[in-house]
Amino acid sequence: MVKMLEAEELAKDITETPSLLNGKGPDREWMDTPAEFRDGNWAYSAKTKAIESLKMPYARDWSPGDEDWKLPENWKEIISEGFRERLDKFRSFKVFMDICVRCGACADKCHFFLGSGDPKNMPVLRAELLRSVYRNDFTLAGKLLKKFAGARPLTMEVVKEWFLYFFQCTECRRCSVYCPYGIDTAEITMMARELLNLVGININWIMDPAANCNRTGNHLGIEPHTFKTVVESLCEDIEDVTGITINPSFNRKGAEILFITPSGDVFADPGVYTMMGYIMLFEHIGLDYTLSTYASEGGNFGLFNSNELMKKLNAKMYHEAERLGVKWILGGECGHMWRVINQYMDTMNGPTPSYMEDPVSPITGTKFENAVSTKMVHIMEFTADLIKHNKLKLDKSRNDHVRATFHDSCNPSRAMGMLDEPRYVLNNVLNNFFEMPDNTIREQTFCCGAGSGLNTEEIMDVRMRGALPRATALNHVVEKHDVNMLSCVCAIDRATLLALTQYWAPDVEVSGVTELVANALIMEGENEVRDCDLREEPYLGVED
Amino acid sequence: MKIINPLIIVLVLVALAYFGVKAGLTALFGVVIPYIAIVIFLLGFIYKVIGWAKSPVPFRIPTTCGQEKSLPWIKQNKLDNPSSTLGVVIRMALEIFLFRSLFRNTKAEVYEGAKLKYGSNKWLWLGGIVFHWSFLIILVRHSRLFLEPIPGFITFLEKADSFMQVGVPLFYMTDAGILAAVTYLFLRRVVEPQIKYLSMPADYFPLYLILSIAITGVLMRYFIRVDVVNIKALARGLVTFQPTIPDGIGVLFYIHLFLVSVLAIYFPFSKLMHLGGVFLSPTRNLANNNRAVRHINPWNPDIKIRTYEEYEDEFREHMKKVGLPVDKE
Amino acid sequence: MYDAGKIITGLVIFVGIVTYPIWGSLGGSVNMPEPVVNKSGTCVESAEYMRANHMQILDEWRDSVVRDNDRVYTSQQYGTKFDKSLSTTGKTSCTSCHSNKEEFCDACHDYTAVAPYCWECHIEPKEEI
Repeated sequence: MVKMLEAEELAKDITETPSLLNGKGPDREWMDTPAEFRDGNWAYSAKTKAIESLKMPYARDWSPGDEDWKLPENWKEIISEGFRERLDKFRSFKVFMDICVRCGACADKCHFFLGSGDPKNMPVLRAELLRSVYRNDFTLAGKLLKKFAGARPLTMEVVKEWFLYFFQCTECRRCSVYCPYGIDTAEITMMARELLNLVGININWIMDPAANCNRTGNHLGIEPHTFKTVVESLCEDIEDVTGITINPSFNRKGAEILFITPSGDVFADPGVYTMMGYIMLFEHIGLDYTLSTYASEGGNFGLFNSNELMKKLNAKMYHEAERLGVKWILGGECGHMWRVINQYMDTMNGPTPSYMEDPVSPITGTKFENAVSTKMVHIMEFTADLIKHNKLKLDKSRNDHVRATFHDSCNPSRAMGMLDEPRYVLNNVLNNFFEMPDNTIREQTFCCGAGSGLNTEEIMDVRMRGALPRATALNHVVEKHDVNMLSCVCAIDRATLLALTQYWAPDVEVSGVTELVANALIMEGENEVRDCDLREEPYLGVED
Repeated sequence: MKIINPLIIVLVLVALAYFGVKAGLTALFGVVIPYIAIVIFLLGFIYKVIGWAKSPVPFRIPTTCGQEKSLPWIKQNKLDNPSSTLGVVIRMALEIFLFRSLFRNTKAEVYEGAKLKYGSNKWLWLGGIVFHWSFLIILVRHSRLFLEPIPGFITFLEKADSFMQVGVPLFYMTDAGILAAVTYLFLRRVVEPQIKYLSMPADYFPLYLILSIAITGVLMRYFIRVDVVNIKALARGLVTFQPTIPDGIGVLFYIHLFLVSVLAIYFPFSKLMHLGGVFLSPTRNLANNNRAVRHINPWNPDIKIRTYEEYEDEFREHMKKVGLPVDKE
Repeated sequence: MYDAGKIITGLVIFVGIVTYPIWGSLGGSVNMPEPVVNKSGTCVESAEYMRANHMQILDEWRDSVVRDNDRVYTSQQYGTKFDKSLSTTGKTSCTSCHSNKEEFCDACHDYTAVAPYCWECHIEPKEEI
């Protein structure tokens, strides 16, 4: 475990250490500055077991902290060939390699830059790490004019630099919002990670969950029987709070709807309260649904490794939908899961199994026109529709002890545009809702600082720096409105924001939106006196 | 170094044209190089764009900058998150003609205690838009020197650009615009620490080049005047493929023309290709309708997945023990 | 997805716009304008100088006459003196020799899309009938 500075010390360090953040640029040009590996800024390499189980190349024992990374002898050719292949496969990559004018609009948009002042965390320079090699190997100007045209050869130092900085980007796409050409650093980071993966450079926090997901159906590696037992224990907790007994079904053929959510909701605090929320909500409306132990993961860490692995892990959703014969799929609260579903799933693994049907809410009759091809609907779209049609019995005052703000997660906002649905839901289930400042929400939202497979302990320094912009905005509403709950629709957020609040804003708790919905639900047959929320915190006005 | 070297190169180019013309190479600088330049510009441009076009767009990945189209009663932001072709066309038009994304620009500042504040910052947008529009209008205006008779829209543009009726010959607003904007775009790369740090020689070079072109142009019009009738004769010669070199054209004109030729040759090999690339950016030119209309990836790979059967084979006994249904007993 | 059709259409339009001066000149005249001077002799300065700088001289004349009542111009090249006059107010004026606006002034101005505002105040010279 790496030693962390106290929050005030880190804040002081960020503010006072001379950097591009406070107007004092380094003397050395970035191309002449080698990447610096220090405790807290690099993630552990993938274990051989994970790589082998996914049948990926060059499984070996190595550490990014070592001098020798034990790459295959022809690593240069492999990367160069991989580079060419990806230029030919992705127009985005090719165009983004060519057209950046380095206007610098993106420079101060990255949360990692704002928390570190490290020049290579400016999105433009992060991309230049790759572009410089692209120019050298693939463009006439680069070949002729070399450094004048911004070209440099691929060396081991460059590879190490790639590792450091492409695993210091959360693919949040905030920079892409401001870029006059829409250059998306997420695309560039994805390509860089694929290239590194070709020569066996990957991190454990991504590969281990991916390998687990492949084998057991979920990132945490929970086997089917345990999955069932854990969900059932959550149902017991629901019974404790509400007095209602719920028995959700698993792997049930013939259910109308398959519900898939990130496994973090099933196993990790505070995600479990959101999971309890889903179960209560579905019980309340009498939904004909089932959970799957095989497709027990909404998230997809393949997205953070390569398009092939993403496809492999995602394929389980339609495969299971077909086996169970469901009409459509309902998806839980998760960020990158929805990037995959909204922008990749249908293309990769569609067309959908033929007898799946256009998604129609069995409760309200609303047809989700925006999901007729993918046949997968977001829980927030589903719930907002329920509330609009008065299908939920809600008592907002049950959430009066909650003073909430909403953290737009990167992917639902910038790869989907789901901004108003969760707000509509929140405003209908609680009385005290406050927005963070304009430049930090909706499409301009800041990352939690640890998305895209970076929510691992050993890079806590990087993470807490990256978390700073979100934390600053949060503390603004804490001071102004006494906000005590940071709600979100992302399972990674529910894990990473917890670390963020504990470090930067200790009095704030983190919740999913559906948890707050369930708190406000007046369930049929519930205890005559329902005096506490899902966390067994007493409702306001109830004596302890 | 990275700031000075490109300037030296441009000055060398100016000297090259100056001494070349003084040495009597007017045909080289007035006819041969311009012809070469336009051919390289066009072929290079086409080659580059075709190169981009040969790579497919495997996934539909718009950056959504506003509310999606979902439930009918939730207001969609059709400009920033379009779901239809018309919406995309409008989004692209706003991007290309008005630099909409850049208009969002903010400036982050860090205060004591690592507090961050974001202020509106539209200067880059303003500088960019003045520069690009001035450049475009100046280019179009120049066709008065190539066409005979001159089409009405060019005469109109002339009048519009000089409607303030200052000085003789009438002063063009775009001349001031381009000089001011290029100067601003240059200064920010020298003064602002972040921008200075990320800039490369290839960022300064085109700025110097364009500034030199604008300066020589302005000099010819307002200060060291040249005989525009003869210049038009030369230009007409070029476009009608009957090249002539009239006497009495000042050397300043040849410097101007040479720098423009260099810019045209440099264009397809440089970042200036953002002119073509902005149209092909998949984060802007696609509709966010992935869940409604399937996007096809021509190289969609065949991936072997772990099937349910394999999964059940591994976990069957465990599953049966807790009462999970299984396909095979 | 390639969108080849859209991209090629775009390229054709682009090349069309860039080469407009070439195809726009097809069938157009290649003749240079030949401004007609109605009287022989020398102008205030050499013809070559006047071709490039007449507008500046006229501009200076206007200002000095109107503001300073300075009505005499001394030729820099010849040393001779001339009335600073565009049209017929003085004994001699520009229009004394260049008496046909259409054949002289407009010949080049139209050729280069220049629209001076001289005649918004001054009366256009009319050929004596």
